[in-house]
Amino acid sequence: MVTMEELKTPAEITWCPGCGNFGMLTAFKKALVELGIPRENVVMVSGIGCHGKMVNHVNINGFHGLHGRVIPLASGIKLANPELTVVGFSGDGDCYEEGWEHLSHGLRRNLDITVIVHDNMVFGLTTGQTTATSQKGFKSKSTPFGAIPLQLNPLAVALTSHATFVARGFAGDMAHLQRIMVEAIRHRGFSLVDVFQPCVTFNYLNTWDFYRKRVYKLEEAGHDPTDWAKALEKAMEWGDRIPIGILYKEERPTYQDELVHLGGPVAGREIGEVDIGPLMKAMT
Amino acid sequence: MKLNSISVLIGGEAGAGISRSGYLFGKACLRGGFHVFGANDYGSLIRGGHNFFVVRVEADEAYSQGDTVDLVVALNKDTILRHRTELVPGGGIVYDGEQVRLEEGELGGSDLKLFSVPFRSIVKSMGAQEIVENTVALGAALALLGCDLEILNVVLRDTFSEKVAETNIRAAKAGYDHAKANYEGQFQYALGKLPSPGNGRIFVSGNEAVGMGALKAGCRFYAAYPMTPVTGLLHFMASNERDYKMIVLQAENEIACINMVTGAAFAGARAMTATSGGGFCLMVECLGMAGMTESPIVVVLGQRSGPSTGLPTYTAQGDLRFAMHASQGEFPRMVVAPGDAEECFYETIRAFNFAEKYQMPVMILTDKYLAESQYTVEPFDVDLVKIERGDLFQGREYQGSEYKRHLLTESGISPRVLPGTGNAVVRTNADEHDERGLTAEDPQMTTSMMDKRLRKLKALKEELQTFETVKVYGPKRADLTIVSWGSTKGPIREAMRILEKEGLKANLIQVLYLCPFPAEQITQYLKSAKKTVVVENNATSQLAGLIRQHTLMDVDAKVLKYDGRPFDPGFLAGRLREVA
Repeated sequence: MVTMEELKTPAEITWCPGCGNFGMLTAFKKALVELGIPRENVVMVSGIGCHGKMVNHVNINGFHGLHGRVIPLASGIKLANPELTVVGFSGDGDCYEEGWEHLSHGLRRNLDITVIVHDNMVFGLTTGQTTATSQKGFKSKSTPFGAIPLQLNPLAVALTSHATFVARGFAGDMAHLQRIMVEAIRHRGFSLVDVFQPCVTFNYLNTWDFYRKRVYKLEEAGHDPTDWAKALEKAMEWGDRIPIGILYKEERPTYQDELVHLGGPVAGREIGEVDIGPLMKAMT
Repeated sequence: MKLNSISVLIGGEAGAGISRSGYLFGKACLRGGFHVFGANDYGSLIRGGHNFFVVRVEADEAYSQGDTVDLVVALNKDTILRHRTELVPGGGIVYDGEQVRLEEGELGGSDLKLFSVPFRSIVKSMGAQEIVENTVALGAALALLGCDLEILNVVLRDTFSEKVAETNIRAAKAGYDHAKANYEGQFQYALGKLPSPGNGRIFVSGNEAVGMGALKAGCRFYAAYPMTPVTGLLHFMASNERDYKMIVLQAENEIACINMVTGAAFAGARAMTATSGGGFCLMVECLGMAGMTESPIVVVLGQRSGPSTGLPTYTAQGDLRFAMHASQGEFPRMVVAPGDAEECFYETIRAFNFAEKYQMPVMILTDKYLAESQYTVEPFDVDLVKIERGDLFQGREYQGSEYKRHLLTESGISPRVLPGTGNAVVRTNADEHDERGLTAEDPQMTTSMMDKRLRKLKALKEELQTFETVKVYGPKRADLTIVSWGSTKGPIREAMRILEKEGLKANLIQVLYLCPFPAEQITQYLKSAKKTVVVENNATSQLAGLIRQHTLMDVDAKVLKYDGRPFDPGFLAGRLREVA
């Protein structure tokens, strides 16, 4: 068991006042308290961007990695020691731009890890440029005349990449987000949680108000998260009403379930006595 | 009659089983007690084109291929036309005269011996598949060399499933019988019985030797993306994944591979990846992260011709500087360049030890020629290199006050605790950080952490004083001192033999550890050398540049080759004679 007090670190928080990251940080800490996993058995991984600082603000094991590489880094940790609960934090720039190639592969691999994406639809730490989830026409310093391409739909891609857990949260509803995080971490398999996290400094379009007016909860709308086709339909929904909550959930053996030969974590195993005699014999 | 020394070239189209035939022939000779060196040559394609495999068989040690060929086993006409000029006078060609028509003059004017064996007719009459034509040819070659066919049969049984082995054994016998009946006593080369058959010597490629070293070192996580010339290493690791209870994973790209490996190392598994130049380009950012986060990873860089995709299946030593300097910023790393399969094995085990003891990335630099050539080596001494994991806490509960992953210490080495240990928060950070791994941007901490990481080099350099960072071959006093690194070692040692016979005394300084650079040792050797020459498979002589940089000494001459092919010993001896 861990307490909110124990999860504090001395690091100074440097997010802008009103940033959606505050809600996400609190929701995550509360989720950890609720889950009650011994602190030493949790590892958080983050990429680069405003979200990346999460690792500084939760006093658990952590690896603040490179831009875009949260999924492979978290995967390596989990593969080596499946007894650890591994939670990755990424951003829309981190996960949907720089590290986009890892998302589909991470999903289809279905390791038992959770990836929470701080999706503010703008590059924040580099002071405001368009990302893959910025809406068409979004004006920023890198697209002063408006973004030309259409925005990516990571949840729909996740669903067609054999995701076993797909959810969307809103930093403005902390209790709801906490519940999604708890469910995502409990889920055995790769959990993708996209979180609307308004950037108060650089995103003039997708603001707190923008979301408050539009979001509705799937569980209140009678959505069945085991219905894949319906989940895809919900993932495509964008406009006056935008769904949040668990879109899809499926039980499927994880990547590690199929590594039956391992017989326990490879990390920390005794390695002094390896017999390569049979290999040498085959080469004589 | 030339006894117990022969070079055989087996050639044909890609897909005709050329490499496999060469390997089988080499292994049969190994079983007969010979020293065998095998090298393959193939283009970047799967069918068609031209592939060949050269097997050099000697009663004494064979360090490389030779310059010439004594017997060509040609599975098509192209092989004959391409390699006829490499044949020595009196050399032989085994081919299918029913399929290949040789016009007058096509062979040139030399006195080559033609041994036609109807591979295709034999295979057809057996009702077997075309692919076993190469085994018919092997059988014929063994008959010409006066060998007992049983040495090949044993290898075939060991290599293939029962059914496939039996087909191949029948094919070999048919070829053998045909050649014996028609050509017995007509070829001037023979392989006889040797007094000591084998002694358990093994026939191993550089890739396999690295793989065995990794397994012996306790590597439990291997992630790689296929890329010549280290694809064979991926295959080797994958085939052993279950027996050695490890994880072998082919990830979506090299970036994923090295990040996974770093994650696995952070979690406490010995972890490795392997790639070639292009893949290593993608890995470079994470190499720096391993340096920054003090993660013990091992990266194998199998060089091939560049720049860019270059010659994807040919050899080079053009990435030495790249390996030493890859990634932004300054951080300690190690680069070791084994020169043969034996060194591949031992240095890989040591690489894991160094990586964990000094908590830094260690690179093993090989190349296509080393990775894919087959060497004959004495069985590996598995007790020679002990496992050393450095300051690593492996208990369940950390004792003491707050654990700090990047504790500032005098040696620069921070005690390592793995995530999952009670009473410890293990945090690291690709950003500059404080002792707890929390992001830190202030000038004092930045300086302290950089100094701490670089201090590890001091301790490492001290330990390296007890290692053979530089190896010397040949007489202490020599007319010519050759300086080189990596796979050129084999051809250089062969060239030294040639020069010795001609009365020119040469020795070799092989730089095994290139980073940190063993400047003191090299200075000593160079100071006592009469005349120095650097030999490298690159165009700009990167080693000579390093020597100049670290010792302020120039070498007298450079012999460089950058056509994708390794040095042949006779050619190299000629170039060395010119500069001596």
